[in-house]
Amino acid sequence: MKLELGYINIHDIQFSNESKIENGVLYVDKAAVEALVLEDEHIKTVEVDIARPGESVRITPVKDVIEPRVKVSGGGGMFPGVISKVDTVGSGRTHVLKGSAVVTTGKIVGFQEGIIDMTGVGAQYTPFSKTVNLVVNCDPVDGIAPHEHEHAVRMVGLKVAVYLGELARNLTPDEIKTYETCSIKEGFEKYPGLPRVAYVQMLQSQGLLHDTYVYGVDAKKIIPTLISPTETMDGAILSGNCVSACDKNPTYNHLNNPVVEDLFAQHGKTLNFVGMIITNENVYLADKERSSNWTAQLCEYLSLDGAIVSQEGFGNPDTDLIMNCKKIEAKGIHTVIITDEYAGRDGSSQSLADADPAADAVVTGGNANELITLPKLDKVIGSLLPIDKIAGGFDKNMLEDGSIMVELQAITGATSELGCNCLSAR
Amino acid sequence: MAKIKVVQYINQFFAQIGGEEMADYKPELRQGPVGPGLAFNAAFGEDAEIVATVICGDSYYNENLDEAKATVVEMVKSCGADMFIAGPAFNAGRYGVACGSICEEVKNKLGMPVLTGMYVENPGADMYKNSVYIVETKNSAAGMRDAVKKMAPLALKLARGEKIGASAEEGYFPNGIRKNFFEKERGSKRAVDMLLKKLAGKPFTTEYPMPDFDRVAPNPAVKDITKATIALVTSGGIVPKGNPDHIEASSASKYGKYDIEGVMDLTADTYETAHGGYDPVYANADADRVLPVDVLREFEKEGKIGKLFRYFYTTVGNGTSVKNAKGFAAEYAIELKNAGVDAVILTST
Repeated sequence: MKLELGYINIHDIQFSNESKIENGVLYVDKAAVEALVLEDEHIKTVEVDIARPGESVRITPVKDVIEPRVKVSGGGGMFPGVISKVDTVGSGRTHVLKGSAVVTTGKIVGFQEGIIDMTGVGAQYTPFSKTVNLVVNCDPVDGIAPHEHEHAVRMVGLKVAVYLGELARNLTPDEIKTYETCSIKEGFEKYPGLPRVAYVQMLQSQGLLHDTYVYGVDAKKIIPTLISPTETMDGAILSGNCVSACDKNPTYNHLNNPVVEDLFAQHGKTLNFVGMIITNENVYLADKERSSNWTAQLCEYLSLDGAIVSQEGFGNPDTDLIMNCKKIEAKGIHTVIITDEYAGRDGSSQSLADADPAADAVVTGGNANELITLPKLDKVIGSLLPIDKIAGGFDKNMLEDGSIMVELQAITGATSELGCNCLSAR
Repeated sequence: MAKIKVVQYINQFFAQIGGEEMADYKPELRQGPVGPGLAFNAAFGEDAEIVATVICGDSYYNENLDEAKATVVEMVKSCGADMFIAGPAFNAGRYGVACGSICEEVKNKLGMPVLTGMYVENPGADMYKNSVYIVETKNSAAGMRDAVKKMAPLALKLARGEKIGASAEEGYFPNGIRKNFFEKERGSKRAVDMLLKKLAGKPFTTEYPMPDFDRVAPNPAVKDITKATIALVTSGGIVPKGNPDHIEASSASKYGKYDIEGVMDLTADTYETAHGGYDPVYANADADRVLPVDVLREFEKEGKIGKLFRYFYTTVGNGTSVKNAKGFAAEYAIELKNAGVDAVILTST
């Protein structure tokens, strides 16, 4: 499978009476976007705003972040099975509005929604302080159940991203990146001397607002399977969850999965990137056993020499992570896991809820319990009201001078278990 | 600003008094730097100076531990210094143990910041790395320059009470306290690099060494459940409506103990969940789904169990560190035991 990503570099977003892209500026017809959002009968009010890197702006509670993209050729459309028809994606050409993102916020759904600061110390921890963000701040109709609310806002974010992506359909990209996977047979023939490596991505599927969708299928209901890494670049996997903001994978990170990128960077040079296995993180023990057995089995079928396993969330999924690692290692396949830590505010606690000596190669995204004080910023998009309730907040965490004390877990993407960031811990 | 005053502890060998034959040398206090102190003074520049040096034989220290500690502490105290450095001891075993031990003693008795350095295989490293900062050095005195280069800046930070970075940044042995810092490469790249090393059979360093996991063997079955007092404990966050003790939705710093005397059923009007890790709709509609008071009351009535204990204990498991959770349980387990509870049903979510 061969996919070309055509980057249209966006350095600014501005409101205008017409939506278009010119000279790296994304012009947005605010009224058109708001009308699009209000098509959803579950949404009562919407306000669209812009947050630029370096501005004194805080966005909270953040639900999802999505990168605008459009499928130009190769069949299928963005977010297959959800927004577009369920055709197989991952080949041809996709245009990307690089440097921009759609951020959804508004009344809190559950507790586990995050903070994006565009400046100050908090900005160092979230990858989305570096993108120009079109923020869709919407509130649902009264009396809506949390899961309906989550669904409505999720769809809004995707629709707005697709609307913006469409503007780039006929543009000439500033840069084109090509990603090509080969079949099992081709891989053996082309790279006989290179170690065979796959990426095992664990998808959040604990349920009750902790869900991920694959071609529209709730990941709770999948058994581990193979997917081409290029399919993820066209939105085959998307986030529908309210896990703690720091280590959930927003849709943006599924589209730009850094493990996929960094394995592709070595593909054909130091390793043979055989492909990608997706598995889930269900809460029942039988599901955990089945999925980890199956994952290890798939690794063996692919005759792998090595695997990288990434996690999403923490606590309960730590057991899935350790099961996967232990069982893949037991097949004689070298494994590296990517996780983050809950070592307590003082860092003195055991970091994971499970452990095994087989997990001897761990990359960590840092201790999510570590406290951080975020300065008062001039503007808030969304609401500070839930700041003591979101995961990582606590009673009376708004200080007198307007600054906010939170654990890092409240910051969107701070301790990414896809390895998006440089943050680590020792 | 006045120069920071440092006292250094070294052994008979580094003081050029002698080798093994002089290892019984009793503690001696000299003014100014001796031996490695000169290199430290050079590294400190205008910021700090070694004002005095304590010299002690390795055998003397280890064979007369209490006396040696007391004498050295008195000597250090008399100098009125701001900072204490011992060694570096490299791979000298008894010297390393003495350095770790005297640092711990000076820290505890005088409340002074302390620092030592030694080789990873020095037994003193394992013994003291969790109680004092120990910089990792090479295995022989040939690594003195390198050791001073790492120890001097860390000593200054410690003396000034500045924030100490992660072990990987500052060069000290990991001490069980996890600290965040920014690596040069993003996590995914580090994972790929680590895997390539692992595949090639080359040495690599895990960023999180697996702890010894605390697995608890189940107790034997309750002999006669129809006579047993059963308590309910949950990490599912069930609390009286309004969450009176403000138990956090995630990363709980506390637990609650609530009286359920006479409560037959948890209703939407009386109980809810404080847990922020799942959609609370179903737990709020009927908290018995998480904390099964209703069923246990039925069992009580039918004589299937002795009785339901009068209180339940509750916290939020979501994002709560293992250490906090263990601490809560250690407290209320004693209460449960003292109250004559025979068995506990622990529910999670």
